[in-house]
Amino acid sequence: MLPTNTKDPEYYHKVVDCQYACPAHTPVPEYIRLIAAGKYTEAYIVNWESNVFPGVLGRTCDRPCEPACRRVRVEEQPVAICRLKRVAADHKGDLASYIPQGPFPPNGKKIALIGGGPASLTVARDLAPLGYEIHLFDEQPAGGGMMRTQIPSFRLPISVLEEEVGHILNMGIHTQFLTYVSSLRSVLEQDYDAVFVGTGAPRGRDLQIPGRNEAAKNVHIGIDWLQSVAFEHTKQIGKRVIVLGGGNTAMDCCRTARRLGGEEVKVLVRSPFAEMKASPWEKEDAMHEDIPILDNHVPVSFIVEDGVLKGMTFDKVHAVYDENGKRSLVSTGEPHVRVDADDVLIAIGQENSFPWIERDLGMEFDKWDMPVVDPTTYQSTIPTVFFGGDAAFGPKNIITAVAQAHQAAISIDLFCSRKELRERPHPAVNLVSQKMGIHEWSYDSYVTVDKRFVVPQADKKLTLCDRKMEVELGFDEATAWKEAERCLNCDIQTVFTEKLCIECDACVDICPTSCITFTTNGDEADLRTRLKAPATNLSQSLLVSAPLATTRVMVKDEDVCLHCGLCAERCPTAAWDMQLFSYYTAKAGA
Amino acid sequence: MSFVRPQFRHPHLPKNELGYTTREYEGSLSTLCAGCGHDSIGAAIVQACFEMNIEPHQVAKLSGIGCSSKTPAYFLGNSHGFNTVHGRMPSVATGANMANRDLIYLGVSGDGDTASIGMGQFVHAVRRNLNMTYIVMNNGCYGLTKGQDSATADMGSKSKAGSVNPFEAIDLCGLALELGASFVAQSFSGDKQQLIPLIKAAMHHHGFAFLNVISPCVTFNNNVGSTKSYDYVRQHVQATATMDFVPPATEITTSYAEGADANVTMHDGSLLHLHKLAQGWDPSDRMSAIEALQRSRMEGKVLTGLVYYDDKGKDLHDVLNTSARPLNSIPMTELCPGSAKLREINAGLQ
Repeated sequence: MLPTNTKDPEYYHKVVDCQYACPAHTPVPEYIRLIAAGKYTEAYIVNWESNVFPGVLGRTCDRPCEPACRRVRVEEQPVAICRLKRVAADHKGDLASYIPQGPFPPNGKKIALIGGGPASLTVARDLAPLGYEIHLFDEQPAGGGMMRTQIPSFRLPISVLEEEVGHILNMGIHTQFLTYVSSLRSVLEQDYDAVFVGTGAPRGRDLQIPGRNEAAKNVHIGIDWLQSVAFEHTKQIGKRVIVLGGGNTAMDCCRTARRLGGEEVKVLVRSPFAEMKASPWEKEDAMHEDIPILDNHVPVSFIVEDGVLKGMTFDKVHAVYDENGKRSLVSTGEPHVRVDADDVLIAIGQENSFPWIERDLGMEFDKWDMPVVDPTTYQSTIPTVFFGGDAAFGPKNIITAVAQAHQAAISIDLFCSRKELRERPHPAVNLVSQKMGIHEWSYDSYVTVDKRFVVPQADKKLTLCDRKMEVELGFDEATAWKEAERCLNCDIQTVFTEKLCIECDACVDICPTSCITFTTNGDEADLRTRLKAPATNLSQSLLVSAPLATTRVMVKDEDVCLHCGLCAERCPTAAWDMQLFSYYTAKAGA
Repeated sequence: MSFVRPQFRHPHLPKNELGYTTREYEGSLSTLCAGCGHDSIGAAIVQACFEMNIEPHQVAKLSGIGCSSKTPAYFLGNSHGFNTVHGRMPSVATGANMANRDLIYLGVSGDGDTASIGMGQFVHAVRRNLNMTYIVMNNGCYGLTKGQDSATADMGSKSKAGSVNPFEAIDLCGLALELGASFVAQSFSGDKQQLIPLIKAAMHHHGFAFLNVISPCVTFNNNVGSTKSYDYVRQHVQATATMDFVPPATEITTSYAEGADANVTMHDGSLLHLHKLAQGWDPSDRMSAIEALQRSRMEGKVLTGLVYYDDKGKDLHDVLNTSARPLNSIPMTELCPGSAKLREINAGLQ
């Protein structure tokens, strides 16, 4: 193999698995170290810079970082990254000196944001301090979008949301709530320099099976129902409730139903339990609230007697996979199952909807009737119109919406400055030695064997009676410190300098996870088999040195490196050094 | 500074026939200087014992005093250990060996512990052909007392402070050959490919197996002008042959394209598969071994690899006709039959 090009920032970035997996590339180990040091405000700001809604995401994020955590490759459970984020939000101090405070000198450009959810708010936060005049339109009475309407208060207290939305709206954003934008043309006719569409995926999928229309009074679309609950239009539900669907919305629906009078709430889902879309922890929380999840049940019909919904029938199926792994659900042939219910909530998916965009504006739509959006610049085929969040490429999650909105904000800023949109600003990267003295590092290199700590929950007896009472209590400071210590500091890189190496093998001998090998060079497939421990995880890179004095090369498998620093401690010539790699994605105006 | 090694290990570490990974053969975290050759030798011992499927409790590791003699704390943490008085490891090893011949005896010593204070003990262990492996971690200096020249420092070798050693070096391999050692080998801590098979062969050998390993002292003897530095040894190394250790009833899988080959069968059926033999060298011929050592010395080279091997000699147990059973398994009444029996024996001698 050729020597690894560690000058390419993406090489070390990939070693920081959590940060790399995060759509917004939040510097996770950095803020975890700050939490361990009790610097909650600083930890919060590191998050806020990157993901805008640390308090919200610390409770509701889909956590793509956690399955990526290196810890799962050496033990069972990842670091509780998401819940540590919440610790920063819960314990932070005054933010005023950290958050840009308006009024900002205007730059003469005017931007319209359609929708008041995470995507639009992120664009607002990125652009307002640069002097843009920002007008935000939303049909709801307050900002937050789906974070307000679809995430129940027992998971995300309204005060947390209001605070973080407030940080942005207080930057001098012109808000026009209770304003449904019914025509893009009318927006374009005004003097905006650019328009950002962050309208989410507002339409819940319906289920047209026999009895649907007759049962209409007691059949509700999940996200609409959640919104109605959030704005307190809906205050109760029947005693027996069926929730259809296996995603996180279904979990929110069933748990909300339990709090509005549902005593026998059941989730029925077509797919096998393990393949449900809902996050594992959300399924656990639902089951903890005595909600059975019946998998492999395909809805057949609504049972309506005397004009009243009585229940539903289901066909029991099992999953069959063809040679390509494609799944089909095949009926078991058993008689249909009847489940009694007073109300049914349909949470089987949601989709984008753009009835308000006139099709003769010149905006190109694809075969699924979705606007064509550039995946790099987030620009539509009308140059002044940008998309982001669920509105751009369909429903994903908050952190993805934030990441996309950062990119859209960069594009809008480049566009308004008449610069080339494809010349994306580079990330800010740095690599700094952490050596404090002989065998002393500026970070806590000790690797704890503590198992993941469980976040305490409030008593079920209390939370089920109060829709607004938060279930999770969050880590206390002592537990947060212990959980933070589980982080392996993957951003402190093992940096190797060939010309200093005397090939004494000290690093090979000391490495607890057998990552380092000195051997004759070969191609990657060959090298992977010849290392001290086989490098079978192909998603992880090999760090290969230039040839050494003996013509051998140093090969390090990044897979299970604990970043414990022992290689560098045992290196007599400092050919190994532990260096902090920081990587900050570019922001608008950078 | 780290005082403990993290407990996590690579999840796919290979296992040996006992189901152990190398972890079961590790010791505690080394406190030697970073980059010390001794740590590499320790790691080679770990790897050799792992590959030979040795039960850790079947090994007794013994040492004297010095940097080298600290190392048994850093490998085979599940084995028996005895850290003796300076230079007195051979006598403790002899006693232990006489009492229990079932254990594998691994002596670890340094150039000071062997060639200076312990010389009087070392030579007798060799000439008695005590069944043990004796590894000298040889760095040519007294690392523990700030790097003074030791008795194995080569004449003309320059110390870190710049002084040149005016005295002739003791060649431990030559001495061992002279005293009739049955297994003599020399290696370099920076060459595990050679060192591990040699350790395996030495531990399999029935009799005294002597292994002199050049092990650079990074702190005091790795300077330009030193003949025991990493650079110097790498540049001047000359191997008698490439050697594979092939356990009994194992097929030889390594093959070489060219060069002279030789197979040496050990007492237990293990095979030493030698390749690319140095000219005129025959591992079973003491004369040729002495000649090879002398010639490489004259040429300013460091001869490594197997130097001499002879499995026909009797070890100390065979000579003394001692008990086949470990003394600790013999009942007290038999081991110490009492004063009546003593009187009977004494009477028989009168």
